[in-house]
Amino acid sequence: MTRALTRAHRLERIVEAIGKTPLVRLGRLRELAGQTDVKVYAKLELANPGGSVKDRAARQMVLAAIAEGRLGRGVTLIDSTSGNTGVAYSMIGAALGLDIELVMPRNVTEPRKRVARAYGARITFSDPMEGSDGAIRHVRKLVEAAPDRYFYPDQYSNPNNPLAHYLGTGQEILDDLGSELTHFVAGLGTSGTVMGTSRRLHEVPFPVRCVAVEPRDALHGLEGLKHMASSLVPAIYDATVPDEILPVTTEDGWEMSDRLAREEGLHVGHSTGANVFAAVQIAQQCLARGERASIVTVACDRGDRYFAPMKWERSYVW
Amino acid sequence: MAIRVRIPTPLRSLTAGAEEVAIDSATTVGAVIEQLEAKHPGVKDRLLDDKGVRKFINVYLGDEDIRFLEGLESAVKDGDEISIVPAIAGGAR
Repeated sequence: MTRALTRAHRLERIVEAIGKTPLVRLGRLRELAGQTDVKVYAKLELANPGGSVKDRAARQMVLAAIAEGRLGRGVTLIDSTSGNTGVAYSMIGAALGLDIELVMPRNVTEPRKRVARAYGARITFSDPMEGSDGAIRHVRKLVEAAPDRYFYPDQYSNPNNPLAHYLGTGQEILDDLGSELTHFVAGLGTSGTVMGTSRRLHEVPFPVRCVAVEPRDALHGLEGLKHMASSLVPAIYDATVPDEILPVTTEDGWEMSDRLAREEGLHVGHSTGANVFAAVQIAQQCLARGERASIVTVACDRGDRYFAPMKWERSYVW
Repeated sequence: MAIRVRIPTPLRSLTAGAEEVAIDSATTVGAVIEQLEAKHPGVKDRLLDDKGVRKFINVYLGDEDIRFLEGLESAVKDGDEISIVPAIAGGAR
């Protein structure tokens, strides 16, 4: 019996709704329309209850900490996040009765701050000039000052982050496509998705090429992605895992996210645009070589998380 | 007095690590960026494309985005502070 027939849709807790996301063919983009030998699929991580791929890592890290006795009554979960992980912690925290405190750069988009607050999380802001690395340093200072008060999951160093994708994302892709799968394409942020999924896909007896997408330049607009050469490199990142690194410009990622809404009915964020842009490039290379390919990429989150604030909402305190 | 320009971390590789660059005199934000380019070649191309300020970069004069002022034509005077802020929080050191 297939998983679709056995999967229970009645759940006891919202956290059980994380994962087992749909895999959807992108067949209307002009580069792919009418192709039968080369297929591109998007794994709809935006269908997770917190609205992003980050639900997976957050759940794995939180459940592991509870099991190890490091998180519970009297302990606050604190972490740095540029948004989606914060939403995930906040949602899971509310569902499990945990206290959540988030540190994010002030220039994170307004909808993400509001969503996290709606779940009851507290937010502390760090210097927008310092980016996500500034938020990391700020959290480390707070935790050093009061280590007993806090549980710091540290998504950049926590092996449960990639483990969520090894056990979940990677396995689900194999369940859906089996040996048809030829490529996996995903952006590097914490690198958890690329590390965990690629490790699982490299275990199978047929070749799966795993491609990591990164912003071409240090100063970029692909929120959530890291330009590794100019960044604090996450401890969970192992440069030997991806088979290839594919740089994408901000403009190409942004344009593809606009096109996905109009041409595929997928309203996604900019990192997804970059992922799909890279996947389409690989598809075109396979077509040019006359190779069959089934390429899976990741739709990380929805586009409405990135709506710009109105002018009267724009105010930054320096 | 001068005009102070705050440089975000991903651009500091072009400013020899400086967090702030002083521009002696200029009358518009555009002129400030030209002088910044003269001092630190490569900066302008990161900030501007042929249509103006790149979409993912915000340039603030004081605490107002120049898109809501006169853009690159916005007038500046001695003592003003200009901040270059990536539109996102993504991770450069």
